[in-house]
This record gives sequence, C-alpha cells and structure tokens, in this order.
Amino acid sequence: MITTSALQVRFGDTTALHPLDLDLPGERIYGLLGRNGAGKTTLLSVLAGFRKPSAGAVLFDGAPVFENVRSTSRICLIRDDGMVGDGTDNLRDVLDMAAMLRPAFDSGYAAELLDRFGLTRKQRLGALSRGQRSAFAIVVGLASRAPLTMFDEAHLGMDAANRQLFHDELLRDYLAHPRTFVLSTHLIEEQSPLFEQVLILHEGRLLLQSDLDELRERGVSVTGPAQVVDDFVYGLKVLSERTLGPTKQVTVFGGLDDERRALAGRYALELGPVAVQDLFIHLTGGVP
Amino acid sequence: MFDDRSPIYRQIADQIKDDVLRGVLAADEQVMSTNQYAAYYRINPATAAKAFQQLVDEGVIYKRRGVGMFVTAGAQARLRDGRRERFFAEVLEPMAAEARALGIAAADIVARIHQLIPGDSR
Repeated sequence: MITTSALQVRFGDTTALHPLDLDLPGERIYGLLGRNGAGKTTLLSVLAGFRKPSAGAVLFDGAPVFENVRSTSRICLIRDDGMVGDGTDNLRDVLDMAAMLRPAFDSGYAAELLDRFGLTRKQRLGALSRGQRSAFAIVVGLASRAPLTMFDEAHLGMDAANRQLFHDELLRDYLAHPRTFVLSTHLIEEQSPLFEQVLILHEGRLLLQSDLDELRERGVSVTGPAQVVDDFVYGLKVLSERTLGPTKQVTVFGGLDDERRALAGRYALELGPVAVQDLFIHLTGGVP
Repeated sequence: MFDDRSPIYRQIADQIKDDVLRGVLAADEQVMSTNQYAAYYRINPATAAKAFQQLVDEGVIYKRRGVGMFVTAGAQARLRDGRRERFFAEVLEPMAAEARALGIAAADIVARIHQLIPGDSR
C-alpha cells in the first residue's frame, strides 16, 4: 500500500527524518505516536505528497506520490490546524471543492456527519471555534473515502463527546468501506484501542512498529524488595525504576518467558502489566 | 470497559468465556460478530477478530461459514473443569497466604465459607 525507502527530510542543517524504511500494508488503522518534534507531521506531509523528500522515495501502490495527481487524489491528509479551505469560504464551498477533487467523496455522508457534529453549510470556516473546525476537518476527511486517509491530531480542541463521535464514525465507516487510516495522536489511552498497529517515531527515527497487543504484552512491571528485584531483572531491558522505602518497582521491556515468570513466583515478586502510555513515555526517553 | 494494560483481545476472550461459563451464552447460541463487537466496544476489528480466533482455537466457539460464530456444545462444562483445576492455585492459595499474614484461623474461614455456600455440608 504505502512504502518508503531510505526516505529522508532535511530542513537546512536539521534532519527531520533520518533514512526511513516503512511498509504499511493497506486497509488497516495505524496510530502514529511520538513526542513533540519527533517528526510525525513531517512524515505525514511527505507521505501525502505535500512535501518533496530530500532523499529516498515514497511509493503509494507502487507509484511515486510527490507531484503525481493519480496518487494524491487518492490520499487525504487532514492537518492539525483543521484549515481545510480558506477562512472566508463557507462550509458548502469547501465540501463542493472536496467533492470535485476527490473521486470517492460521498456528499450524502458528508451531510449526515455535518448534521451529527451540529454544523451547517452556511457557516464560514473562519468563524468556527477550534473544536468545530476540527470536527469539520474530520467530516471532510471521512467523507473523502480516500484509500489513504491521514489525520494529524485532527481531534485538537474537540470535546470528549465529539471525539467519541469521531471514533465511532471512523470505525463504522472503516468497516463499511475498508481503507487505510493513519492517525497521529498524543491521546494514547483514548485512541490506542482503535489502532491495529502503532508506529513510534523518536527524534526522526522509527523506534518501533508493532501490533498494539504485542506491545502491551512486552511491557511488564516487577515489584518487590529492592535487592530481589535487582537480581531478578539483571540482564533484562529495564525502562524505568521507582523505589518507595524498601520496595522497588521496575518496568522491563521484551516480555518474560515462562521460566522467568516461575522464578518471579518463587521469589514472591509481583508481576503486572504496563499501560501503553507508560511504555511510550519510557521508550521515548522518560519524563524529563 | 477495557483496561489499557493487558492485551485487549485477551480481555474480550475472557469476557466471552465468563458469559459461557455463567450460561449467559448457551450452547449453539450465536455470539456477536467481530464487527458488532468492534463497533460496540470501540476497538479495532482486527483486535476483536484475534479474540474470536483464540476462542475458536480453544474450542469455545465455532464458525459457521457465512452465518457467524456459535458457542460450542460442551464448552461450558470444559471451561468449568479448567477453572476448577486452577481454582485452588489461583484463588485459594493466595487467600490462604493472606489469611496467614493476617492471623486468621482456618476454622473461621471454613465457618464463613459454609455461610456463603449454604446447603453444602460435605
């Protein structure tokens, strides 16, 4: 579906994306995670053909993306500013334009979504609140039915009820019209159940690409007397440590085999799961 | 609905097994489809599919092509046998350890169990 080979993006002396090889099979929902400045927006822009790679290639169904209308008409990127048209446009104008540019655009679905988000066609884009602008951008993104649809933190400013509506519609429309979605987000706890796979970018590099449930299984917290815990985790990949009096809790990454688990039982150590957001924080350098 | 810690597919599979064990889902009764499950619980359909595949592998449910998924006859009894085997290790032993730490006498525990499960005088 979409692949990159040795894809690089530089801004002057700064490297925003280091050579990146990516393979995203189609008809899945991907979550793109990364701390501020990790390169998420740069990656999405270059995948959408908004930006020319400094080196390497982006291929969409085998064809280059940049300056190739046959690819870009089938790709929709909703940017985090939610500006899907000119501020002076009313929403009808923006939807008409989207319907012209996007072969699979469904005007009936757009009208239905507009209604559910409490928006009207006469409103001017520039007069919408931040949350309304995001909701409208999501209407455009979903109704485009583009084979590759990417939302760059498209939920910014939206209240909890509207975010839930977004998630419900995303799943409903994905089931009815399977296609590829990439969502960048910092709302890890809230949105990760929607994802089949997560990609974690860190400092312009792909830190990992993993099924979400596999990621969950790889993180384990080990709790017990400090010395016993230290001995137990020797040789394992330790992401973080916390001590409270004589008790220590260590987060290890990579999963534990049955033998280790049995050993933990013998030493009366407590093993527990780790939340995806905690894993993410630890994997990307921890809390400063 | 789901905690964000253990794999969601396993939590789903466990819930369905609980329903079978308690008889909420009877033998040969149809279970929700993967897509219904995904939409209802707001989870990725692949995650739901993984849970159902695990249940098929474990013989708890079976697929009827083009129709859906159904509870296997005898699944309830087999789940009950499995849980019974694990009951002493997973439920009773931690409880006994806790009771020892708290200094609760075995006789008090037994008396309380008789109150909780009346009519069982064996």
